[in-house]
Parts: sequence; structure tokens; C-alpha cells
Amino acid sequence: MPVYSEKVMDHFTNPRNVGEIENPDGVGEEGNPICGDMMTFYIKVKDNRLEDVKFKTFGCGAAIAVSSMVSEMAKGKTLEEAMKITPKSVADELEGLPKNKFHCSNLGAQALHKAIQEYLKKQKKGGEDNGK
Amino acid sequence: MREVYLDNTASAPLLPEVREAMMPYLGDIFGNPSSLHNWGDGAREAMEAARGQVAQLIGASTDEMIFTGSGTESNNLAIKGLALAQQNKGKHVVVSAIEHFSVLHSARTLAKWGFEVSEVPVDKYGAVDPDDVRRNLRDDTVLVSIMHANGEVGTIQPIGEIAAVTRERKVLFHTDAVATAGTIPINVTEVGVDALSLAANQFYGPKGVGALWVRKGARIIPLLDGGIQEEGRRAGTENVPAIVGLGKAAELAKAHMTERMKRLSGLRDRLLREVPERIEHVVVTGHPRNRLPGHASFCVEFIEGESMLMLLSSKRIAVSSGSACTSRALKASHVLIAMGLSHEIAQGSILFTIGIDNTDQDMDYVLETMPPVVDRLRQMSPLYARFTKASKGGN
Repeated sequence: MPVYSEKVMDHFTNPRNVGEIENPDGVGEEGNPICGDMMTFYIKVKDNRLEDVKFKTFGCGAAIAVSSMVSEMAKGKTLEEAMKITPKSVADELEGLPKNKFHCSNLGAQALHKAIQEYLKKQKKGGEDNGK
Repeated sequence: MREVYLDNTASAPLLPEVREAMMPYLGDIFGNPSSLHNWGDGAREAMEAARGQVAQLIGASTDEMIFTGSGTESNNLAIKGLALAQQNKGKHVVVSAIEHFSVLHSARTLAKWGFEVSEVPVDKYGAVDPDDVRRNLRDDTVLVSIMHANGEVGTIQPIGEIAAVTRERKVLFHTDAVATAGTIPINVTEVGVDALSLAANQFYGPKGVGALWVRKGARIIPLLDGGIQEEGRRAGTENVPAIVGLGKAAELAKAHMTERMKRLSGLRDRLLREVPERIEHVVVTGHPRNRLPGHASFCVEFIEGESMLMLLSSKRIAVSSGSACTSRALKASHVLIAMGLSHEIAQGSILFTIGIDNTDQDMDYVLETMPPVVDRLRQMSPLYARFTKASKGGN
């Protein structure tokens, strides 16, 4: 039996939304190359929705598939909806991840959340600045 | 699509001649070699013939050869068995930092049992300096275990010089020759080692069988208690078909060693030369010349080994990697780290181990398939993006 599900293999061999966004509204990074996997997510927000999501990932097959799946799940969602994406929901959508890969490679949701948080922080700051 | 198997260190394929030699012992000749009747005789004769074939491969005497279930078992038996047998003399053993886990973890178990273990470092090529072995010897040292060659980076160790050191100090020297026995020449009498481990599936024999050679006179405590098979050094009914396969593989390895080595080195040298020519930012791991004939290993910067392995696998090329993500323990390779490579570089580990069935056309296919695979993963890599931005900024 192969180690990875067909869905993981599909997202690994044909990853969706790879790349960077120029002048993104938010960037989030999770992991580091020492532990194995590192993911950077870029988002573009319009009317409280994720108009575009792109990523770059250094890591194993699972890490690349996770990133691709998160980008697909998040695109078009409201920020609140996107914040509800969890490592568990990503793994479920991928029809499972090998047990030992669940924690180390499943960093996509966190990286996306960091990008959204960065965007919200900027908004808040921008709002305060405008109010002055 | 062409299929190219370059993971012969994981397991080499079984040669048809070896399989043929094994077949009667999976059929009519099923007796237990310990039995005293005709059925036992056939099995025993085949087993003893195999013992002779394996002994010849390494220039040993027949009665010093213990059959085991794997290279791992041979290493466990050597490290634990030889140390325990001498514990009245001393409780200190010396190993290198890049031994296989079956040696390193056996040494760790000895430490739990009250032994002290010293680890000898390696240089950037993964080579042990015999003087470092000498520096680590103490009055209570009872065993030194340094591998003949490392399966992950291919570097061949100066075991002759190390044996000279251990002989002078009258300390037993075991070498894990799983990566070398049946692949490159080794003669235990000439080299002067006291014990040697080998495994059949490294040289076109079956899995599940290995051997430990121990010099006559060296006492060893068995790991398995039971009957008095293998002169009481390894209890349990012997795996006769596999042992026959080991013997046949050893005979063929000895007969064809020179031509196999020549062929494998030629293919290896193409990879060692042309991979870094075709792909930027690639580091050759292990010794550039003094390495196993079919062994080419690299670290590809900015990307991770498992994803490289899987994309190559989708192109029907089988390789392996020492990256953390590839290991079940998710830890960076202790070999690459001991050689001084950073965790980040070690993540890009990829390893080609060439077999006797591979051809120049296979190498062409690898050399043409690998660059786009690497490029694709680099386009995805935030580390590569950072690097290209930084180098542009620098201009």
C-alpha cells in the first residue's frame, strides 16, 4: 500500500496556487528548514474575502500537498471561514496523512492564519491611523 | 516509460541463478540440518557448502562463520556478544559516529548495561582517522567497531590501518561490512579484523539472511538461547533456503567482482560528474574517489529529499534520501550531520545506488529527468526564492 493517499499524490504532483503574490495583503510563514518543512502563504483580500491565495513550500510530499489543499480550501472564503480551517480538516480533505507526518508537515492552516492575522493587524492599524 | 532502479542499498534484486539454487530447499529438501536422518543430511550438506562459499568471499575459515537473520542481527550479535564476553576485562567500546543504527543502538544498549561508549568523529568526507581511534582507546577498551563503508555516503574506511591500531593494543576489532562484502574485495586475514558482518541482499542474494564471521578464539555470548545450532552461538533452526542463496550469491560475487566493480564505477562516475554539471548548487556527499563503486550521493540545496524522491518515483526512477522527512523518526541523517553538513543542506539528501543491471541509458534517463524535477521543486521553495532575491540584491 502506498504511504500517501491518492488525493495527497494528486496535490503533490499537481499543486494548486504555487507562487507569490505581488504586494500581498498578508504574508504568513510557519516551520523552518531545520525541522524539515517550511511554508509561506500570501493572501489578497477583497470585501472580507480571500480573493487570492498563493504559497511557497520547502518540504516533503505531504507538506506540498497540505499547502496546495489549504490554498484551495481557503480561496474565495471569508476571513472568518478561513480561520476555521484546521490541520484536522485539511488532513480529512486529503483523505488522511501518515501518522508521523500529521504534525510536522501539516502547517498550512497555521501559515494561512498568520497571513490573515497580519492582514487584520494592518487593517486595525490603518483604521486607527485614519481616525487620527 | 523506462524503469530505473537505483536503490540497491535498500535491497538488490535476487539473481536468477541464486533463486534457482534456492528452489530445491523450498521444495523436496526441506529437512532440518540438525536432524540425523537422510532428510537432515541434504539440508546440512547444502548449508555447509554455503558456509564455505561465504568464507571464501572474505578469506576466512569455514568454522568461524555464523549464519544470522540479517546484517542487523550480525551487528547486534557482534557488539553485544563480543563486549559481554569480555566484561571482566573492561567495559569500554569504541564506535564511529556514522555507524549503522544496528551498531550505534547496540552500543547504546551496552551503555544501559554499564558499559561506556566513545564515538570517533569523521571528517567532511565521512572518513575516520585511525589516530582518532587510537586516541579513544583505554586500558579497559574491549571492542572497536568501525564500518568498512557507509551505505549513505559511500565512503570507504581505512580499516587496515585501524586494525593495525587495535592489534597493537590487543583490542578486538569488528567491522560492519554490510555495504562492502560481495561488492568490493575484503580479506579478513590480510586486513586483520577480528569480526565482520555481512548481508546477502546487498549482493543479489535473498533478504532475511546474513552472517557474522568471528576470528577463532574470540569468545561471544549468544543473543538467542536455545539449541546448539551454529556451534551454540546462534540458536534456532537455520533458514536453509536463504543460506543456500547467500552462498550462491557469495560465489557469484567473488567470481564477477572485478567486472562488476569496473562497470559500476563507470556509471557512478558519470553521475558524480554530470549531476553537479547539470544542476547548480549541488554538493557531492562522501569521499569523491574513495567510495563504493555503485554509489553516488548528493545534497541538492533549497529543496527537500523526500519530495525529490517522490517526483523521481513518478518518473519511474527509484532512489533514496537521508532527509529527516524520509526517515520514520523524522530526524536528520546522523551521518550527514556528523560530516558537518547543516540540517538545511542535509534535508536535500539524495542517494543513487547503482546495480549490475543498470546501463548507460539508465544514467542518461536520470540525468535528463532530474534537472526539471529539481527546478520544479525550487520554483516552489521559499528558500530558493530568498536565495535568488538575495543574490540579485547583491549584484
